[in-house]
Amino acid sequence: MLAMFFWAFVVGGLFCVIGQLLFDVAKLTPGHTLSLMVVAGAVLDGLGLYEPLMDFAGAGATVPISSFGNSLVHGAMQEAQAHGIIGIITGMFEVTSSGISSAIIFAFIGALLFKAKG
Amino acid sequence: MGKNNKTPEQKQYEKLEQQHETKRPVLKNCIKAFFVGGTICAIGQAVSYFYIYFFNFTEQTASNPTVATMIFFSMLLTGFGVYDRLGQFAGAGSAVPVTGFGNSVISAAIEHRTEGFVLGVGGNMFKLAGSVILFGVFSAFVVALIKTIVIQWFGGGFQ
Repeated sequence: MLAMFFWAFVVGGLFCVIGQLLFDVAKLTPGHTLSLMVVAGAVLDGLGLYEPLMDFAGAGATVPISSFGNSLVHGAMQEAQAHGIIGIITGMFEVTSSGISSAIIFAFIGALLFKAKG
Repeated sequence: MGKNNKTPEQKQYEKLEQQHETKRPVLKNCIKAFFVGGTICAIGQAVSYFYIYFFNFTEQTASNPTVATMIFFSMLLTGFGVYDRLGQFAGAGSAVPVTGFGNSVISAAIEHRTEGFVLGVGGNMFKLAGSVILFGVFSAFVVALIKTIVIQWFGGGFQ
């Protein structure tokens, strides 16, 4: 279990270093960087490489934003295997629902509770 | 005028600009990003163990409630103004984890509250995170389409 924490820390940290290098060296804006990482996550899952990383690093692979791309592909593939091509559309948000819906719900609660500073 | 049709004066100015640009401390930023990002992921790991041991989630399914919990934490930290300061210190370390995605949605929602709930909060919530959703969904669509066609044409050998 301790090893899992260690690998989550290291792999998650490395994802952030890649992001920081895209900020500083490639001079991308945060928006471009995050979009790129999501696309990278989707492509990695398409190649079947993201799943082993999740088994190995746990939250180190599921907490960075690239896992969003991974779970989008995952949901789409699940439904596609059951219902064919149309399943790609119907299953897209099946796995990733928790990220989007919690962001919307908590953002609205946050807007009700907090006032903007400055 | 296109990007490449710069007058000689503009080119000269660009050179001057590059000379005076402060060098970004890349290594230092990377180290900070590594430790903050790693810590956030380790907290995420603790949260997913919490769900595995106390609610019957498996290691595969625990990532969903973990992401939701991390976004909840990010709401609290954003609301109290802590996440902005963390972001200034850690750069990508706080932006790349899913909490950064949550932060961009939540801070946009709080910031535009004064414009009203429908046009302000509703209309601006995904101002920053929208691109992540757009490119995530579109690339996932393309990847899944290719993979489905490959599997259907060549049998299940490519899974």
